[in-house]
Amino acid sequence: MTEVTELSRPEGEVPHTKEVLLNLGPQHPSTHGVLRLVLELEGEYVARVDPHIGYLHRGTEKLAESFTYTQIFPLTDRLDYLCPPSNNLAFALAVEKLLGIKAPIRAQYIRVLMAELARISGHLLITGALPLDLGAMTALLYAMREREMIMDLFEMISGARMHTSFCRVGGVREDLPDGFFPKIREFCDIFPNRIHDYERLVENNRVFLKRTQGIGVISAEDGIDLGLSGPNLRASGVDWDIRRDEPYEIYDRLNFNVITRDEGDCYARWQCRVEEMRESVRIIEQCLKQMPEGPFQIDMPTVAFPVDKDKVHCSMEALIQHFDLSAYGFKVPKGEVYSAIEAPKGELGFYIISDGSEKPFRMKVRAPSFVNLQALFGASNAHYLADMIAVLGSLDPVMAEVDK
Amino acid sequence: MSVETPLNRAPITEHFGEAIDDLGFAHGVHAFAAPPEMIVELCRFLKEHPALRFNFLSDICGVDHYPHVPRFEAVYHLYSLPNKWRVRIKCRLGDPPRVASVTGVWRTANWHEREAWDMYGIRFDGHPDLRRIYMWEGFEGFPQRKDFPLRGYKDKLNPFGAEGTPPTQPDLATKNIP
Repeated sequence: MTEVTELSRPEGEVPHTKEVLLNLGPQHPSTHGVLRLVLELEGEYVARVDPHIGYLHRGTEKLAESFTYTQIFPLTDRLDYLCPPSNNLAFALAVEKLLGIKAPIRAQYIRVLMAELARISGHLLITGALPLDLGAMTALLYAMREREMIMDLFEMISGARMHTSFCRVGGVREDLPDGFFPKIREFCDIFPNRIHDYERLVENNRVFLKRTQGIGVISAEDGIDLGLSGPNLRASGVDWDIRRDEPYEIYDRLNFNVITRDEGDCYARWQCRVEEMRESVRIIEQCLKQMPEGPFQIDMPTVAFPVDKDKVHCSMEALIQHFDLSAYGFKVPKGEVYSAIEAPKGELGFYIISDGSEKPFRMKVRAPSFVNLQALFGASNAHYLADMIAVLGSLDPVMAEVDK
Repeated sequence: MSVETPLNRAPITEHFGEAIDDLGFAHGVHAFAAPPEMIVELCRFLKEHPALRFNFLSDICGVDHYPHVPRFEAVYHLYSLPNKWRVRIKCRLGDPPRVASVTGVWRTANWHEREAWDMYGIRFDGHPDLRRIYMWEGFEGFPQRKDFPLRGYKDKLNPFGAEGTPPTQPDLATKNIP
């Protein structure tokens, strides 16, 4: 710690070097995707960062205006591709609020369970990737081993490893498969010990500690001003979690802690995520214990697909319902809604304006990574170039979500 | 569902009176309509009033209501961390759309406003660095406007685009630096 402070630039002293413009990315392994940073360097110090984004811009919002509400689910998968169930959930909640419906309790448990699995999978990547960026490769390999277990669980539930698209408006696509519960219990038994392993890998790694502790400090005021949310803001000591403060789905029935740290540096952000994975396992265990039997989809033929797919082949009504929903979608009452959830990266909000038709008039995604990435500018002034990589890694932006 | 705690509106109505339209409470968010010239004052008031303290700017969103007039809209979503309230400020803008920037109130507004400029051409006066954010330098037109074709305009690089050229805006520079 002491050496780190010694190395920081003394107040007011300007090094006698010429400013150099350095282009980092868009093809660079430590930018976590296609991010281009134009850095103004004063010697080894970063005087100014100018992130250039948009290399992955797909126009999700514009596309959504020409899609029916059910067709938008696969688009939301591709926002934060590390945790698609969270994105599905956020969008489904927004549409359900407009329709004035709620998914059945069992469906809510399934959604929360999947969202928490997704949170673990998203946090696992950064748990391993931040040490990797700083030269410690081992943690990523271990993290990927556990992430594979989650991918297998997703595959069991939905048939897809990454882009699950499992939520539907008014429920989920189908019930949990046979043999799922023993598998997830096995995961819940194994995983907490594995978290302990990652901590041991990194906690005594002096290089990692020196490169993260006291680096990229963001104060609570700055964090709020910069719009940080999620673990990035909690690492600065702001006790705010949408799951607890504006409980959606069945989060008010669950018992979990909101993890905060006071330091606000890269290491605190890393620690917050690791601790959150423990809480997520607790939430999953409670979900498994509390999950009731019952329907997984709302009984509302105007919105939900026929529960029994075989009926489509022998019942005229079911066929019409299925055809109608697939071909035309369902109408959503006129109005507007902003619905935010606690996604792994922070506050993920969907603002939907409906004009009463089957397609949204306007859909705005409040992407947490987009806003978090902006904090790079606030955090990395007067830092070493090498520290910038640590700051960028610890803010954990997913470029697919930044670029929408 | 979010906590349905109604917002304490008294300070807002007291301070602004008739200038701010109350659009009511729906789906956990209280909505107001404000004229564009009052937006900075209103935001600062909401942020700094001791009973309100809307210190977190969630989102700024551009909307194109084509062919209705006034055509554009800037929508601000604010959150109060201490009180756990959400507020939406809707601000209808004419064509060409112009509104004062709130970057002086929250630094996070910077990229949100750049996005609204890039996608809708809403010009935020007083923004320190109003450049395109997603589209490349030199891109013509504002892609999320309702009269911009979904596949873009046909050119050398986009053989499947729609015929025609983006409508020129003589009073607004469509290039990178406004």
